[in-house]
Amino acid sequence: MHQHPFSMFLKQLNILNFKNYEESSLEFSPRINCFAGNNGVGKTNILDAIHYLSLTKSYFNPVDTQNINYSKDFFVLEGKYVLDGVAENVFCGVQRNQGKKFKRNDKEYGKISEHIGLIPVVMISPGDSELILGGSEMRRRYIDSVISQYNRHYLEQLIRYNHVLQQRNSYLKMAAKSGIFDTTMIEMFDMQLIKCGEYIFEERKIFFSRLQPVFDQYYEFLSGGAELVQLKYESALFIESFADLLAHSIEKDKILQYTTSGIHKDDLSMEIYGLPIKKNGSQGQQKTLLVALKLAQYQFIHQIRSLYPILLLDDIFDKLDEKRVRQIITVVSELQNGQIFITDTHPQRLKGILAELEVDNKVYFIENNLFTTI
Amino acid sequence: MINISSKLVRDAVQELAKLPGIGAKTALRLVLHLLRQDVDTSVMLGNAIVSMRTNIKFCIKCHNIADGDYCHICTNPQRDGSTICIVENIKDVMVIENTGQFKGLYHVLGGIISPMDGIGPSHLNLDNIEKRIVENNVKEVIFALPTTIEGDTTSFYIFKKLKPLNLNITTLARGVAIGDDLEYTDEITLGRSLVNRVMYSV
Repeated sequence: MHQHPFSMFLKQLNILNFKNYEESSLEFSPRINCFAGNNGVGKTNILDAIHYLSLTKSYFNPVDTQNINYSKDFFVLEGKYVLDGVAENVFCGVQRNQGKKFKRNDKEYGKISEHIGLIPVVMISPGDSELILGGSEMRRRYIDSVISQYNRHYLEQLIRYNHVLQQRNSYLKMAAKSGIFDTTMIEMFDMQLIKCGEYIFEERKIFFSRLQPVFDQYYEFLSGGAELVQLKYESALFIESFADLLAHSIEKDKILQYTTSGIHKDDLSMEIYGLPIKKNGSQGQQKTLLVALKLAQYQFIHQIRSLYPILLLDDIFDKLDEKRVRQIITVVSELQNGQIFITDTHPQRLKGILAELEVDNKVYFIENNLFTTI
Repeated sequence: MINISSKLVRDAVQELAKLPGIGAKTALRLVLHLLRQDVDTSVMLGNAIVSMRTNIKFCIKCHNIADGDYCHICTNPQRDGSTICIVENIKDVMVIENTGQFKGLYHVLGGIISPMDGIGPSHLNLDNIEKRIVENNVKEVIFALPTTIEGDTTSFYIFKKLKPLNLNITTLARGVAIGDDLEYTDEITLGRSLVNRVMYSV
C-alpha cells in the first residue's frame, strides 16, 4: 500500500458578523469548493474568514476590529476541520475594545501565536501584487508567515527579535535625549539580537534554498519556460557576521536613533533577466511570478508537513488565462487529497472546468448574503 | 456615573476610584459601607493611610519598605548577610519571604530596564549595590527577576556591573511547575528544563 499524506480539510464554516456577513453556515467538499457571484457580494470575504482561522488574522486588513460587520460589536468565526480523520474545532472571536480570542476544541490559547501552523493555508489573490510593488516589509512579512506555518520556534524567535529591537531603538532615543550613552546597554541588546537574528537568518536561508527549485519548476510550467526569472534572498548577514554588522553601524544608529542594520532589513529580490521585475516585468510576468511563488510555497509546506495546505484561489482568472487555471486545478485534483477554495465572477466557467474532472466539488452562488448550491 | 447629591460622598468615591482594580461602582459601595459604620472606622482607616504614606521609609541598604532607616530584614541578625537576592519590587520580597526558603538579604531595584517604558539603568536602585557587596563581603548574588526579555536585559546589565567583584552570581532555576502535566507545559519552558536538567536525587 502506498503511503497517504495526512489529509486535512474544512468541513464547516460558521460566520457571525464578519465583514459583510451577519450569520451564515456553510458545508464544504473536502476537495474543491467554488464561490461565484458578482463583484462585491463577499466571495473574497469567505476566503479571508478561512485565512483568519489559520493565521489568526485577515489577509487584507491588519486591524482586527475593522473586520467586524460595521453595524455590530463583535464577530465570530468557527471552523470545523477534519485533520487526519480527527475533528478539530477552531474558534475565533473579535470584540470591539475587548481584543481577540482563539480557541482550539473549546480551550483558549495562552498565546494566540501558538495556533499558527496547525492548519496551514496558502492564499493566491490579486492583492499579492503588493509583494512586488510594495516595500520590503511586505516581502519580509510574507517570508515570515510562510516559515511560521511550519516552524513554531521561528515565530517565537521573531517576536523576541522584534521586541528587543524596539527596546534597543527606544534606548537609542533615550540616550540621545539624555546625552548619556551606556555601551553595556547596547552590548546586551546586541547579544540578544544576535542570538535570535542569526537563527532567523539561517532559517530564511534554508527556506529559500529549498523553495527556489520548486519555484523554478512552477514558473516554467506556467510561463512555458520562456523567461529567466530569479528569486534571491538578500541579507547583510551574507557579507559579515551579525555581531560585526551591528558593531559597524553603531555610530550611524546613534545619530539616526534607530537600529539601521539587521535581519529586519532583509529583502526578497525578484528579477527577470537580472533586472528588478517591479520595473522590468510585464503585468503578465509579474502575475505569473506571484502564482509560481505561491504554488511553490504550497508544495514546500506539503513537503515539510506531509499535508496539503488549504489552497485559497481568489479571483485567479485575474492572473491567469483559463488554460492555466485548468492546469492548476487539474494538478491539484490529481493529488490524493488537498482542499481548494476558488472565487470567480463566472459560475459557468468554473462549472465547465470542474465538469471535466472526476473530483468531489461544491459550487456556491452568492447573492444578497445568501448562498445557493448550483 | 451615578448621580451623587453629596459633594463629600462624591469626593470620597472619586478618590477611591483612582485605585487600581476599583471602579466607580465599587468605590461607591465602599463609601456607603463606611457610612453605615461608626465614625471611628473611617477615622482609623484615614489615619492609617495618611500615617503609612507620610511616615514610610525605604531601607537605605536594600530599598525595601521600612519603618526606620533600615528594614526589618536588614536589621535581623539571624539573616545571612553574605547572600543578596536581587528583585524587581517590594512585592517580590514578600513573595520570596513567604516561601520561607531564603535566609539572606534583598536588594530591591524598584523597576526593570525597559527603554520602551522610559526606564533606563539610571532609574533603578543600583548606585549603592557595588559598595554594599564589597563592604559586607557578599559571596553570592541571586537574580530573582521576571523571565521576560526585560528581566533578562536587567540581569545581564547587573551581571556586567558585578562581574569584576569576583563573586558567585546565580539566577532562579526555570522549569516545569510542580504539579503540572508535561502536556500542559509550554514548549519553551519544557525545552529549557531539558537543557538545564538536574541530577536526580531523592
